[in-house]
Amino acid sequence: MYCLVKFAPLFLAVAVSNGWLFGDFVGKQKVLDEISLWPLPQKFQSSAVAFKLSPTRFQIVQAKQSSAGPSCSILENAFRRYFEYIFGDLKKPEKSRKKVYDSDLVELQVWVTSADPECDGFPSLQTDESYELSVDEPSAVLKAANVWGALRGLETFSQLVYEDDYGVNNINKTDISDFPRFAHRGILLDSYRHFLPLKVILANLEAMAMNKFNVFHWHIVDDHSFPYMSRTFPELSQKRKGAYHPFTHVYTPSDVKMVIEFARMRGIRVIPEFDTPGHTESWGTGIKDLLTPCYSGSSPSGTFGTVNPILNSSYDFMTQFFKEISTVFPDAYIHLGGDEVDFSCWESNPDIQKFMVQQGFGTDYSKLESFYIQRLLDIVAATKKGYMVWQEVFDNGVKLKDDTVVEVWMENKMEEELQNVTGAGFTTILSAPWYLDYISYGQDWQHYYKVEPLNFPGTDAQKKLVIGGEACLWGEYVDATNLTPRLWPRASAVAERLWSDKSVTDVDNAYNRLVQHRCRMVKRGIPAEPLFVGHCRQEYKGL
Amino acid sequence: TIFSAPVRACLLLVVVSVWVQQVDGVWPLPQQLDQSADRNSLSPQRFSFTYGRDSAAQTGCSVLDAAFKRYFSIIFPDFTKGSVSVKTRGCDGYPDEDSDESYNLSVSEGQAVLRSVTVWGALRGLESFSQLVYQDDYGSYFINKTEIVDFPRFAFRGLLLDTSRHYLPLHAILKTLDAMAYSKFNVFHWHIVDDPSFPYQSRTFPDLSNKGAFHPFTHVYTQSDVMRVIEHARMRGIRVIPEFDSPGHTQSWGKGQPNLLTPCYKGDVPSGSFGPVDPTVDTTYKFMESLLKEVKFVFPDSYVHLGGDEVSFACWQSNPNVRTFMEKMGFGKDFTKLESFYMERTSIVWQDVFDYHERIPQDTVLEIWKGETYQAELSRMTKAGHRVLLSAPWYINHISYGQDWRNSYAVQPQNFSGVWSKQKKLVIGGEVAMWGEYVDATNLNPRLWPRACAAAERLWSDEEKTLNADLAFPRLEKFRCELLRRGIQAEPLFVGHCKHEYDGL
Repeated sequence: MYCLVKFAPLFLAVAVSNGWLFGDFVGKQKVLDEISLWPLPQKFQSSAVAFKLSPTRFQIVQAKQSSAGPSCSILENAFRRYFEYIFGDLKKPEKSRKKVYDSDLVELQVWVTSADPECDGFPSLQTDESYELSVDEPSAVLKAANVWGALRGLETFSQLVYEDDYGVNNINKTDISDFPRFAHRGILLDSYRHFLPLKVILANLEAMAMNKFNVFHWHIVDDHSFPYMSRTFPELSQKRKGAYHPFTHVYTPSDVKMVIEFARMRGIRVIPEFDTPGHTESWGTGIKDLLTPCYSGSSPSGTFGTVNPILNSSYDFMTQFFKEISTVFPDAYIHLGGDEVDFSCWESNPDIQKFMVQQGFGTDYSKLESFYIQRLLDIVAATKKGYMVWQEVFDNGVKLKDDTVVEVWMENKMEEELQNVTGAGFTTILSAPWYLDYISYGQDWQHYYKVEPLNFPGTDAQKKLVIGGEACLWGEYVDATNLTPRLWPRASAVAERLWSDKSVTDVDNAYNRLVQHRCRMVKRGIPAEPLFVGHCRQEYKGL
Repeated sequence: TIFSAPVRACLLLVVVSVWVQQVDGVWPLPQQLDQSADRNSLSPQRFSFTYGRDSAAQTGCSVLDAAFKRYFSIIFPDFTKGSVSVKTRGCDGYPDEDSDESYNLSVSEGQAVLRSVTVWGALRGLESFSQLVYQDDYGSYFINKTEIVDFPRFAFRGLLLDTSRHYLPLHAILKTLDAMAYSKFNVFHWHIVDDPSFPYQSRTFPDLSNKGAFHPFTHVYTQSDVMRVIEHARMRGIRVIPEFDSPGHTQSWGKGQPNLLTPCYKGDVPSGSFGPVDPTVDTTYKFMESLLKEVKFVFPDSYVHLGGDEVSFACWQSNPNVRTFMEKMGFGKDFTKLESFYMERTSIVWQDVFDYHERIPQDTVLEIWKGETYQAELSRMTKAGHRVLLSAPWYINHISYGQDWRNSYAVQPQNFSGVWSKQKKLVIGGEVAMWGEYVDATNLNPRLWPRACAAAERLWSDEEKTLNADLAFPRLEKFRCELLRRGIQAEPLFVGHCKHEYDGL
């Protein structure tokens, strides 16, 4: 309150003298109180001139010049979605406002400029997500090269709209030119330690779009369960102990399709992770001989370890399996895992020992791991997919394709790792500082916010190889009951770090915007937890 | 007065087959539990709850009629039509500190018998009974032959919700009461107002919420909301103890009640900010008297929580009138004056009041909240002859990575140096506290459950039988899944799954 009073005269003076507020936000509390953009756009000008939006008159339309026509369902759906975000549930009878204000904003024209609007395409790592938004009487214009940039601009437009005390929607005269700082802005969800119902995944895709995230890293299977229902190998999820339950705890092909399409509609890529050769306990129950039999002395102990790398049948299986995966998931990348391989079972197995001698690996089992990964990478490369791997694969010196993305997840020596990976010429994404499953008391979002991904020793060329980052919510202690409030708004801090300019680092300013952004998510039905004491005009209604 | 006649409910069962089945137990663990592998089948069509012929409570007892209906649909979720009609006369009392919650449950061939002294004991027994029923792989219902003798270790097993730092919608509170009953909690400590907001809509001083709530209409508890909470709690054998914390933690009060708070000074002039309640003017005491008179009328419990924690003296010290007053009277704060408004009530205060050696009536209950040295504090307070509540180790708003329920579980409330007969029995129970800095309706339930269940068992069960958290783990996991099945958004303890997963968001 104090700040408001203090800054109001300053604010007015600026508005009168040149009509615009520029760039940095220090001191411009009043404007921020009303609009609170998240993540903050790259270039932003707003004036105190406000227009009103009438739910009965306002429209979101394709601009005449737009290359995307009315058949562009991705935009048509987005128009409806954002209209609802702005005006609330359309099914409620809307009292039409008789009085028409002079200062009405009657439409938002969406103008897709490139010859191919990509209405039926999928977003990719190369996608241009930039957009320009100009809000002025009588029409606002949103200009983007393709539908993906238009989606980002629609989100921004919806965030510019604010309700005054009479419940009327307002929007200020604004010019925005925006683009992401990093191309890969991801969320990792783990659906194997606990099964996540489809509804939860879809709701989180919605929340991702509200935060301009563009990659859903789906860690879909692992040791504990195999909920992915494979067409080629249905026994993977059907057999006891594959999935937690073969009917209630699986993702059917149509579920997967739905996730991919729902994500596409929001400009989000879906990158599945099928982690091998470790983290595969649940695979073994469906596929005979896939896992290495562990030995106790000279006899099999009855337990199984990582994928058996010395049998051709393992590679035959992988070939068929990844052939399926490459057709089911349209994204150009598959995440192949490769982390935390436990060698003890391999070491115990006499056949593996013999193989080690034959290959001249000595007792260096990381060479055997590399042997496996190398063959796997070739298999996946043959499906014309690129791959992502966890950092161990790089650390162990496996030969990688040039376009491999290495994901750095170990917080210990993170900067050194970034330096090494980019020094070797590989693109990388960073998730080490953003393991959101580690909770603590208080405002830990600030830690995530303060991370600077490029803060490591290296050349400009090396820094360009950092293409983004991911917030990871591993599932040891997370399921449908607590996932959404645990992820939001904590992941929002990562969202701004990956989208906005490097200079956007003021935590207090971020706090004020984020408080309102979280209320906005709550209003849109996402149970995003509070940052601190306070309230939202519309509290969470679910439960 | 309180309903306290013998109650007996007979449960009619039909035996179909006998199979050996893993028995998963009850949470919190009953004092004595003997189970055999013999199991009886329950038919949803034929099973019913009835009042025993010699039961003092008969049909028409609102608490039990409603409980029968509730537990029927908990046990048989697919059969929503309960066979018991609910009327609302009889059994109109409220649970209190002396309520006998003990019960005996005997499940044998063909029938089960639940005996208790009061309806409140019958409620606890019904909860245990419902947890004994399980379904086999084909969906048939079974219950094993079982004998239970059960009673709570502590009479006061509370849970604190804070509706000032964030407003909690009514349905969130009611849901919490449901879950409390499942864990046999029996006190809802409603920290209803505090610095950030005053959501209690007072009939005497409506401006308190008009001006002190986050919003005067959407973020308040009306009188009928409060009644609903109290009745919902009563039906589950839960007491509602409101907390009107003063003289500190009262910033929101000042908005609707001018001249209540102490004006702070900067040098010789008022700084414009306000401190705790102004103890030097009569208007303060007149106001407090009227407000607390209302509270006494609205909340039927014989206890009230008066707070008294974290009073910042800086503002008082800055104010010349307060300084003059202090010199004139020759003392600091005097809680006896405040508490004297509660003549026939027992008050609870936070430990600060004891720590500052303020004059406290002997029957005042002290609540320990400071974590570091709670054992020493238990010792000191009980030595002074005060009854004590422990909540320090159960501030579960403090979250951390992993299975922190184990810390709550390891607490031993009577493990402090002191004479058994005199001191240890003065520990009347404890409370789980969920303060609201970082909690609202979006995350309250998964943060509370099943983490609060650890303290629930510590406060109900025999400590000797429940010290091993590893042994408790599978039972708690099972109970957590049962909470999910009953619609409580309880978060997972670790990797795994439930047959009925949470299907909300």
